[in-house]
Amino acid sequence: MSDLRKIYGLWHREVLRYWREKSRILSSLILPLLWLVVFGSGLRGIELSGTINYQTYIFPGILGMTLLFTSVFSGVSVIWDREFGFLKEILVAPVSRTTIVIGKALGSGTSALIQGALLLPLSYLVGVHLPPISFVILLPIMVLISIGLVSVGLLIASLMTSMEGFNFIMSLVIMPMFFTSGALFPLTSAPAWLRDFSYVNPMTYGVDVLRWASFSGSATVLPVYIEFLILVLFAAAMIGACSYTFGRKK
Amino acid sequence: MKPKFAIETEDLTKRYNGLTAVDGLNLTVDHGEVFGLLGPNGAGKTTIISMLCTIINPSSGSATVNGFDILKQSGKVRRSIGIVFQDPSIDDRLTGRENLQLHACLYDMPSELTKKRIAEVLELVGLADRADYAMRTYSGGMRRRLELARGLLHRPSVLFLDEPTLGLDPQTREHLWEYIENLSLTSEITIILTTHYMEEADQLCQRIAIIDHGKINVIDTPANLKTALKGDVITVVTAQAKKLASRFAELKLDRHIDSSKDSIRLTVPNAEKLVPRLIKIATEIGVEVSSVSVHRPTLNDVFLHYTGRDIRADEAESQMRKFMMRRPSR
Repeated sequence: MSDLRKIYGLWHREVLRYWREKSRILSSLILPLLWLVVFGSGLRGIELSGTINYQTYIFPGILGMTLLFTSVFSGVSVIWDREFGFLKEILVAPVSRTTIVIGKALGSGTSALIQGALLLPLSYLVGVHLPPISFVILLPIMVLISIGLVSVGLLIASLMTSMEGFNFIMSLVIMPMFFTSGALFPLTSAPAWLRDFSYVNPMTYGVDVLRWASFSGSATVLPVYIEFLILVLFAAAMIGACSYTFGRKK
Repeated sequence: MKPKFAIETEDLTKRYNGLTAVDGLNLTVDHGEVFGLLGPNGAGKTTIISMLCTIINPSSGSATVNGFDILKQSGKVRRSIGIVFQDPSIDDRLTGRENLQLHACLYDMPSELTKKRIAEVLELVGLADRADYAMRTYSGGMRRRLELARGLLHRPSVLFLDEPTLGLDPQTREHLWEYIENLSLTSEITIILTTHYMEEADQLCQRIAIIDHGKINVIDTPANLKTALKGDVITVVTAQAKKLASRFAELKLDRHIDSSKDSIRLTVPNAEKLVPRLIKIATEIGVEVSSVSVHRPTLNDVFLHYTGRDIRADEAESQMRKFMMRRPSR
């Protein structure tokens, strides 16, 4: 019980910080909309099996991208907490590391929820038409994906000493995860070597489940319940891993 | 039942890659005492505190805080202590009250109690009217006071203050001293304070440990430390300090003669009477003296006496300034 209150405190801080930085919320909406409008329109003529247009096709992928960028970044931003001293206050409190990680992950999951709730209606304006019921299914999936990804960010943060290395992480971890996830093109038409990469990328299953939810039961790479299981296991494994590495005593 | 000591350490040692930061520390602190760890930067004060707060583990040796072992019962140690760190450790995007609320959550305080205590500690440090402003708008002194309030929120029985007034202006510093003195008078809290400001240790602490190179050179009350020097301090300023000092040593004027490039210090029982003789000696060997002064021993003299060098206060100040300049770049 006592851990719940600690988690609540940590979660509340994340949410307060997120809500106060309106510019961050705004910028996290602009990037996906740009992708949908510019990239989506530019490649409109591409032939896809089925009846949906390309813009609609990449929409779940863009949702995944937004989650990927903001959640990993939110995890990595713990470096700032370390740099500016705040982390000490948490690390010296009678709070277990797992509790800290869960609080942070839930906080980030909540910001994913807010972002999704804002992005979904905006998508109508740029020509993506999803049945409203899919919104309801999409939101919890987004939270689940976000929790795994923020832990990836925390894991990276515990290995990095300063924010300077972030570009490196961006081009070595985040962008490859995005590109090989099938967010922008169907994996069925990709060459075998690329598909191998995709299969070990947890983001692939994230995007696939988002797509499944968006188009009410479109075909998935693996059976959808297995993909869900992969996402849950991935989130649990990541939380476990960074509970171990995060704030280890010297 | 209360343990015998608030803090007890036994051969507490911390080594970092061959460098010994804390070297076989043996120390006991009584309940309700204000105990000072005094030493220059890099003497090992913060490392000692970090071990006692269970932030880092010792390389060898052991310690108890409130009777709890720092290795085996770190959870209980943590619940019973409050800390004000040397560097700021608040979230400056949150308000003062929100920082306190988060702290209350982390220490699992019931919510009705939280509200009452927050009002109490805010009142204590005089920040009640600023509680709902973002911490970003606080001055350095206000931040420090809020951190003090936060350290007290869960009513710890031991409070650690690591350089509590570093980088603050003299006025704010004295205010903070007042709070700490009041706290010690009105509650049973034990306070461990590290500082490299002599006057801070002198004013606040009942006992002081002078620490250098990770070891305790001496532990006593400030008054005893000063009387132990037996006499007054004469400072002779001259361009040829070396030459004059060696002459003084030949004449066995004092067992302890500290000389730097341009000054000599002697601690002697009958200082006023000795001054004319010193000047005479200087004239005899052809050394020109630019000034001579006599003063009652301060803790700075005590420190010099035990470590053989001046405490490097100015160096720490400049580091602090560098740190403060980095802050707004966020």
